[in-house]
Amino acid sequence: MNGYNFAYLDEQTKRMIRRALLKAVAIPGHQVPFGSREMPLPYGWGTGGIQVTAAILGADDVLKVIDQGADDTTNAVSLRRFFARTAGVRTTTRTADATVIQTRHRVPEQPLREDQILVYQVPQPEPLWRLEPSRVETRRMHGLADYGLMHVKLYEDIARFGHVAISYDYPVLVNGRTLMSPSPIPSFDNPKLHMNPALQLFGAGREKRIYAIPPYTEVRSLDFDDHPFCPARLPHVCGLCGATESYLDEVVTDDRGGRLFVCSDTDYCAGRRAAGHAGADGMKAAAE
Amino acid sequence: MTPDTLLAARGLSLSFGAIPALADVDIDLWPGEMLAVVGESGSGKTTLLRVLSGLLRPDTGVVWYRDPDGRLADVHAMPAPMLRTLHRSDWGFMHQDPKDSLRMTVSAGGNVGERLMAKGARHYGDIRAAALDWLRQVEIDAGRIDDLPRVFSGGMLQRLQIARTLVTQPRLVFMDEPTGGLDVSVQARLLDLIRTLVARLGIAAVLVTHDIAAARLLAQRIAVMQRGRVVETGLTDQVLDDPQHPYTQLLVSSVLQA
Repeated sequence: MNGYNFAYLDEQTKRMIRRALLKAVAIPGHQVPFGSREMPLPYGWGTGGIQVTAAILGADDVLKVIDQGADDTTNAVSLRRFFARTAGVRTTTRTADATVIQTRHRVPEQPLREDQILVYQVPQPEPLWRLEPSRVETRRMHGLADYGLMHVKLYEDIARFGHVAISYDYPVLVNGRTLMSPSPIPSFDNPKLHMNPALQLFGAGREKRIYAIPPYTEVRSLDFDDHPFCPARLPHVCGLCGATESYLDEVVTDDRGGRLFVCSDTDYCAGRRAAGHAGADGMKAAAE
Repeated sequence: MTPDTLLAARGLSLSFGAIPALADVDIDLWPGEMLAVVGESGSGKTTLLRVLSGLLRPDTGVVWYRDPDGRLADVHAMPAPMLRTLHRSDWGFMHQDPKDSLRMTVSAGGNVGERLMAKGARHYGDIRAAALDWLRQVEIDAGRIDDLPRVFSGGMLQRLQIARTLVTQPRLVFMDEPTGGLDVSVQARLLDLIRTLVARLGIAAVLVTHDIAAARLLAQRIAVMQRGRVVETGLTDQVLDDPQHPYTQLLVSSVLQA
């Protein structure tokens, strides 16, 4: 596209972001500050993820963008088109074909490979922010690995609700050392972070922080010995493809209490339907 | 300093601008002993406590602490992680206002359990049991374990702070006016509680207070401070019954006799 550098950002900015990324990979889970730029979309819509993607994108990369697991929402479509226009890279909705996947709030159901990079959009990189208001103090706590406070939060949940009531953005300990926010992915996706073959990069644009999980890194969700970590999943079956293992969205279909549970990962669901799987609602629609 | 001295300070001096808050202070503390530091407001008591506990760095002088293995460590030369570890396990710090150390948005049980979890306790049932046990020891009803501290009375808050501080069985506790701001009957119960617990657990403590009666009740030894200097030190009963320094005489004679 005329008038823009490849992938929108200028080369010096991309080098600055790559330096931050290298440092982030070297210290798994550690939040590295970077000079976040003004992007042509508002804070909160993925300015961190888009800058990381711009910095790592090459001419032969194939890009996939997902928003809450879906490839067809405004956010996903706009970001995909943004890079198609400013970088001219090929785009796809198929997880298996992508080399770079930018994601908001989900990890694809299909296992990732070593030649893939997952870029997360992060609204709040500091896992302790609701518990400790001072950033000076949270940085000190990270420096000294003083994470008792996070367990106080878990204790409070169990004392009040009988279980840990964090369903998304469930805090994890990376590489046995650093407490990290996995971005607002459902706790269902937390186990996928552990020993993942793909490189996972996290960008927080407004908060100006980058962090990373290198391939094959230990990622443990915090828990108690007598209250082990338990990923949350709705006890239903996908209405379209009949999947019993995938993460589900609840869709309200009418104003008489009708609802439909479908896979939140649209590519996974479409792939299963193409392979001949069908759920109860899918068959009903076909019959009509 | 003898081979079993727990905490020793030599030649501590600290000035805030032109104001000398501490001037050439020496302190010795032995295991299981309580030392009271008394004096009027502005005499440097709280500053001394903050310097002894490593929270404030003196201009000159050194503070030694003997760890459980018998090694001496310079409190102000040790690395930050080590000092942090001391503060959440071997040491305790009780503030005059419990709100300074308690987390007001966390339940009583969570407040008591925080130091255990900071030390690495990862078994909810055990943490809960320890919290219940300590609430009982400081005479807080077990049914209040899930209540937030903001619904507690002033005396209960102070007792909750005691439970939170002592739950890790510290060897040394710094107390900054633990009975300040409480009414007389609550003070008496609190002093009695502190005395019982400290004696049973064999904790050494530095107690900063302006309350001569509290010092007499709790402490074996006493140090009297005036304008940043320790003007008189000795056994509590001896110093209070037969004060030698004119300032101590003034202090003792100014206490109202009930």
